[in-house]
Amino acid sequence: MNPLSMLLWVAFPYAAAAVFIVGHIWRYRYDKFGWTTRSSQTYENRLLRWGSPMFHFGILCVLVGHAVGLLIPQEWLFAIGINETMYHIGATVLGTAAAVFTLVGLVILIYRRRTVGPVFLATTRMDKVMYVFLGATLFFGTLATFSYQLFGTGYNYRETISPWVRSIILFQPQPELMAQAPLFFQIHALCATALFLLWPFTRLVHVFSAPVQYLFRPYIVYRSRDEHRSGTRATRRGWDPVAAPNPQRLRRP
Amino acid sequence: MKVMAQMSMVMNLDKCIGCHTCSVTCKQAWTNRTGVEYVWFNNVETRPGVGYPRTYEDQEKWGGGWVRTKRGRLKLRSGGRLNKLAHIFSNPNLPGVHDYYEPWTYDYDMLLNTPAGEQTPVARPKSLLTGQDMKISWSANWDDDLGGSVETMQDDPILKKMSEQVHAEFEQAFMFYLPRICEHCLNPSCVASCPSGAMYKRVEDGIVLVDQDKCRGWRMCVSGCPYKKVYFNHKTGKAEKCTLCYPRIEVGLPTVCSETCVGRLRYLGLVLYDVDRVAEAASVENEHELLDAQRDVILDPFDPEVIEAAARDGIPSDWIEAAQNSPIYKLIKQYRVALPLHPEYRTMPMVWYIPPLSPVVDVITGSGNDGEDARNLFAAIEKLRIPIEYLAELFTAGDTKPVDASLRKLAAMRSYMRGINLEEGRDESIAQTVGMTGTEIEEMYRLLAIAKYNDRYVIPAAHAETARELDELACSLDYEGGPGMGGPNRFGTSSGHPVPVAVENFHALANRQTSDRSAVTGRVNLLNWDGNGSTDGLFPPDAHGEVDGEHLEGEHLDADPRGGGGVGDHGPGDENRGG
Ligand code: HEM
Ligand code: SF4
Ligand code: SF4
Repeated sequence: MNPLSMLLWVAFPYAAAAVFIVGHIWRYRYDKFGWTTRSSQTYENRLLRWGSPMFHFGILCVLVGHAVGLLIPQEWLFAIGINETMYHIGATVLGTAAAVFTLVGLVILIYRRRTVGPVFLATTRMDKVMYVFLGATLFFGTLATFSYQLFGTGYNYRETISPWVRSIILFQPQPELMAQAPLFFQIHALCATALFLLWPFTRLVHVFSAPVQYLFRPYIVYRSRDEHRSGTRATRRGWDPVAAPNPQRLRRP
Repeated sequence: MKVMAQMSMVMNLDKCIGCHTCSVTCKQAWTNRTGVEYVWFNNVETRPGVGYPRTYEDQEKWGGGWVRTKRGRLKLRSGGRLNKLAHIFSNPNLPGVHDYYEPWTYDYDMLLNTPAGEQTPVARPKSLLTGQDMKISWSANWDDDLGGSVETMQDDPILKKMSEQVHAEFEQAFMFYLPRICEHCLNPSCVASCPSGAMYKRVEDGIVLVDQDKCRGWRMCVSGCPYKKVYFNHKTGKAEKCTLCYPRIEVGLPTVCSETCVGRLRYLGLVLYDVDRVAEAASVENEHELLDAQRDVILDPFDPEVIEAAARDGIPSDWIEAAQNSPIYKLIKQYRVALPLHPEYRTMPMVWYIPPLSPVVDVITGSGNDGEDARNLFAAIEKLRIPIEYLAELFTAGDTKPVDASLRKLAAMRSYMRGINLEEGRDESIAQTVGMTGTEIEEMYRLLAIAKYNDRYVIPAAHAETARELDELACSLDYEGGPGMGGPNRFGTSSGHPVPVAVENFHALANRQTSDRSAVTGRVNLLNWDGNGSTDGLFPPDAHGEVDGEHLEGEHLDADPRGGGGVGDHGPGDENRGG
């Protein structure tokens, strides 16, 4: 196995995964205050009203598609009667629609970021880096789908790329699977890996706060003054609360 | 019955002179940071007028507050939970910055650095959003004193509800000021709209706050509040709102807006309420019954049963005592002169208003009659339907009876006290016509007209057991160049540790009230100013290095009649003229 493929398809993904996980934990503990969508809707809503829902609904479909395509072995789908052609047509049609939605949304969002004064001024360096990798990932993913699936002969990534992803997750990496995949898929995977590496340090952390719990909690939240010590850090040493010592601990057992 | 305590406010509109001191001091204390340049936790609106943000009262447009469904349940006007989540990527009801106004500064540098020449240099306004030159065309109080209101007044959502003819007459008749802060509602729709659960109502004192560490910037609270009193900090990407100056309240100090109010028209105190009955009261069918429903939720702190239940529910005895001495309870429940702002939003607001009598008095004196005569006043209240309908749209969902009743009481107080001051004796009959006794009227007069500091603010301090928590509460504020690792901008300006709000120790401050020298040095900090003397840095030191203003010491304790002059040339504030 050549070292380059080791590097690209084993070392890099694991490094990215480690940074992704540790990075999120660290960011959450250190920077809850910075954990936000940093919505720019108050500046401008004419473009956002179209771009943001298109992009988000699109990308959520893309995510579901990836989960099905990459994580579920094709044999399982065969077992429930979904054969290769059915899957291929379904994935290509739905995937293309989602990709178009996502990309158009993203183009609107990026156009808006650049041209609307206040939005551009509120764009951080990290936002720009994030958009480069997000855009590249989406672009090469769509390019691969278009060139191999839509206008090409069709490439069954569920025999190479998907097992490779699962091999990484199961800690039995099989880089050779990925090494033989077509170029655009390889670039797509590399961009995505880089995006995961950056993820915890961008505004994309908002994805992990998707407020599903809202559906289940009572409308009005009551909280006691006592409960809400500022959550970002433990009490610093020397700042422990004044409290009477516990006399229980004086007793011998 | 589950008893909870609520810190509430009443404002006596008769005394408001529209000076905006409250807004300015509040801004100085809380929103003088980037990202909230356009935000006024306290703003003062001229009515009739479009308000801030423009036309916020038009809930058809903004979708704030609650509505009652056919089945008699409450639902958020802008849609339920699923609806909120479906619209999370772009909130259709969110006001843009331009609905408030585009914040700006001036190019002051130009004045200092332009070389001498023919023309006088000008400082151009620069937008704080884009940094570009801009034309100032709106602000938080653009239509102040009805300025420019010929162009905008027809947009006033309240006037729109009233008929055309009313509209025309109105323009000549009536103007007053409406200072607004967050209502710290009993049934807050902002809290209900928050997908993250970052907003909450404090169990101890009912103050509604945003946990800055939990807020994720979904900005649903901003549109959920019908009073538009949650604001989006566009720099940090988090919601912020009026905190009722909780760091001050916790040590028994009134809010900054109350402390600095020139008219001394704000009252602060506790009420006890039955939290189990809030939802039921907020969903009564007839909007006109909302006022009484809310009054009924507020419990009588003298009732032994209530006292027992309060103690059972963990309300400390000094808090129950404070609730008994509360000016709020007196004004809302005993004298029943205070009314809530827009009860029809069904959020059960807890900042109430005493409607202004002064326009009525003005009309009488303007026509050459005696504006303190009870019969004249009562007759004028009967006759001046248009202003009263307007007030009713604001305070009672359009029901004029409670507004009438409140104004008649103020009128009765005016004539009754005139009788005393002119040594014509106590005319019980005046008191009786409004269903009060002479003693009650005199007590109400003490509270409304003399308005001593200690009567206006009855604020029990938070309990010492929890005092350690006080300056580390969740409502953190970042400031430029804060201690975020790697400086600002790495994850956006908002990143890094929240800086605790209360930098100084507020107990030191409470001590300061009894000492004669300032304990807090170095900078102008209005959040910490207790109104005693002057705060450091407010005035330049005089020749001897003494800080000016020391002679003001203690004056606020005694709103004596001579000092009280000029506050309101009409209305109860002036009743003490002869005395
Ligand atoms: C899971 C549920 C998600 C929710 C509830 C959500 C919500 C939001 C919200 C409220 C905004 C702010 C829009 C604004 O007002 O400016 C936003 C922005 C953004 N989101 Fe999401 N998001 C989700 C998932 C994702 C995913 C999966 C991605 C991409 C991988 C993503 C990428 C972005 C980006 C790039 C922006 C910035 C848009 C701009 O240029 O302003 N989001 N999101
Ligand atoms: S007035 Fe205050 S408590 Fe009431 S809904 Fe608005 S922000 Fe919430
Ligand atoms: S009189 Fe008081 S409430 Fe009115 S504007 Fe001045 S400071 Fe504000």
